Amino acid sequence: MNMYLRLAWRNIWRNKRRSIISIASVLLAVLIALFMRSMQKGTYARAIDNVVSFYTGYIQIHNPGYWDKKSLNKTFAVQESLIENVSSTEYVTHVTPRLEGYGLISGGERTDVGLVIGINPEVENDMTGLEGKLIEGEYLQQGDMGIMLAKGLSDHLDLGIGDTVVILGQGYHDIMAAGKYEIQGLIEFPIKQLNNTMSYLTLEEAQYLFGAYNRLTSLSIMIEGEDKLDEVMNNLGKKYSEDYEIMSWKEMSPELEQGIEADNASGLIMLFILYMVVGFGILGTILMMTMERTREFGVLIAVGMKRGYLRLITLIESIFLSFVGVVLGTILSVPILAYFRSNPIYFTGELAKSMTEFGYEPILAFTLAPGIFLWQAVVVFIIAFIAALYPLWKITRLDAVDAMRSV
Amino acid sequence: MAVIMSEKICKTYNDGGVPVKALKDVDMEIEDGEFTAIVGPSGSGKTTLLNVIGGLDTLTSGKLRVGDKEISEMTPNDLIEFRLNNIGFVFQAYNLIPVLTAIENVEFIMLLQKVSKEERRGRARELLKSVGLEDMINRKPIELSGGQQQRVAVARALASRPRFVLADEPTANLDTASAENLLDIMERMNDEHKMTFIFSTHDQRVVRRARRVITLKDGQVDTDERKGENG
Repeated sequence: MNMYLRLAWRNIWRNKRRSIISIASVLLAVLIALFMRSMQKGTYARAIDNVVSFYTGYIQIHNPGYWDKKSLNKTFAVQESLIENVSSTEYVTHVTPRLEGYGLISGGERTDVGLVIGINPEVENDMTGLEGKLIEGEYLQQGDMGIMLAKGLSDHLDLGIGDTVVILGQGYHDIMAAGKYEIQGLIEFPIKQLNNTMSYLTLEEAQYLFGAYNRLTSLSIMIEGEDKLDEVMNNLGKKYSEDYEIMSWKEMSPELEQGIEADNASGLIMLFILYMVVGFGILGTILMMTMERTREFGVLIAVGMKRGYLRLITLIESIFLSFVGVVLGTILSVPILAYFRSNPIYFTGELAKSMTEFGYEPILAFTLAPGIFLWQAVVVFIIAFIAALYPLWKITRLDAVDAMRSV
Repeated sequence: MAVIMSEKICKTYNDGGVPVKALKDVDMEIEDGEFTAIVGPSGSGKTTLLNVIGGLDTLTSGKLRVGDKEISEMTPNDLIEFRLNNIGFVFQAYNLIPVLTAIENVEFIMLLQKVSKEERRGRARELLKSVGLEDMINRKPIELSGGQQQRVAVARALASRPRFVLADEPTANLDTASAENLLDIMERMNDEHKMTFIFSTHDQRVVRRARRVITLKDGQVDTDERKGENG
């Protein structure tokens, strides 16, 4: 081994306890930072997933002007070629047709406003896993004439499986929409907003209810992942933006994106404070190391060692300590985060209630996305590197005679 | 032939805003191969003189030539290179690198000189043998006695094949037997290799062995005695 490397290696282990403390402080920093970011990003992903998977999809195609008015008069005629072409677009995994309209849903003496969604049950289930949310009764099948209600809505109406609801609303071209349906399934959503409003009919039944034969309000589109969103939007935009309105989930649920941005900003501030604490911790250790070795630095310069080599050795030491801390912290975090990803933290009581009130699922989810590991490792490594600049600066300014006089 | 020549050299320190004159117009010449002791009471300027000769400290004024180099005109980087190739240092506190073994400490200077690995290893073994430590080459400084550490320090000082060895109180921390042994080694090196040795010392054991004794007082040369001349 090169003598410089050997010298650096032995310097690292000349005070084992101090080196272990240095490594441990970097390790802990990486661990905490990864835990925080994994929790934040996981929770955001879960929130996006809730909205995207359960309802909007990543992208929707509408008749121009539909989203602003949400009017059945802004529907478009079903064209199989459009569905086929959109389905064959790169990164698109599912396309589901929907007809949506608001109506008064009554049962017994109670009435509530609900969103009635006509779906192709099989395709909808493939895309959103809707059947998995079924908690009672039976999932809709093609040709069924029943209705599935969200649990919050059915609770409010005080109805259950087998009871009948009446829907009154405004249909296509402002006709009166009216229908009577037996409740055949109850569905539970984690988000209160969805749980209190959603109801499902088959597409054909909804088209009949609203008098919008062979018409749709939207094509809801799922893609391979959030990272492909811009590319798919761009491709669809090129083909269909003249005839249709193409919107991403960010445009359809701006409050979610803004909420995530605000929370992310506060998370980054917390992370910055953590980085500062860690940075000063590492700096403290390095300061001790430097003070302890000032005399030695002086001797090495006195006997003819160039400052550049001395800087190189101390840099190797600092980088090694940081690197080991970063690698160990990352390795240690994987099983911890994997555990929490499989077993997310569920809030209960008042906190859960208030989160649900604000439309958030009361859960802290975690992610194992590789980008988080890379970023945190790089950031902590850079902090450690910055702290390591102190001895380099000290060596640059070192007076050999003064240094040799130091104890 | 004078290999060290100083001309009215002065060194003034700033001690908390108070200027302290450590050397005042020192004129001195040292010949090649001398075995010289610089003595004087504490604060007389011995260590400062050694430091300026070794290029560790800068002059306030005056001219100092060491070998064929004008020390007072060299840049800090040139001084490092100059020290590496021309001067061997022996310090009172040994100042070995604690994490390296005896042989690695000796080799280290040659590594800085970019001497090949085989030559480094061979020369280091030879030097440690010459100071009587051939059986302890793989020991770290902490595993050696003070006298043994100082002998490693002498081997290290000689490893770069310097023209001068500057030794600052080399025997101050040693018992009599170790000090005499160390002086024997240095005397032998001086005789065999005609290497110039300059000591800064209070130690009478060193003074007795020195062939020239320069006494400093208040930063000035008080007496300069060559033993051959006066008996």
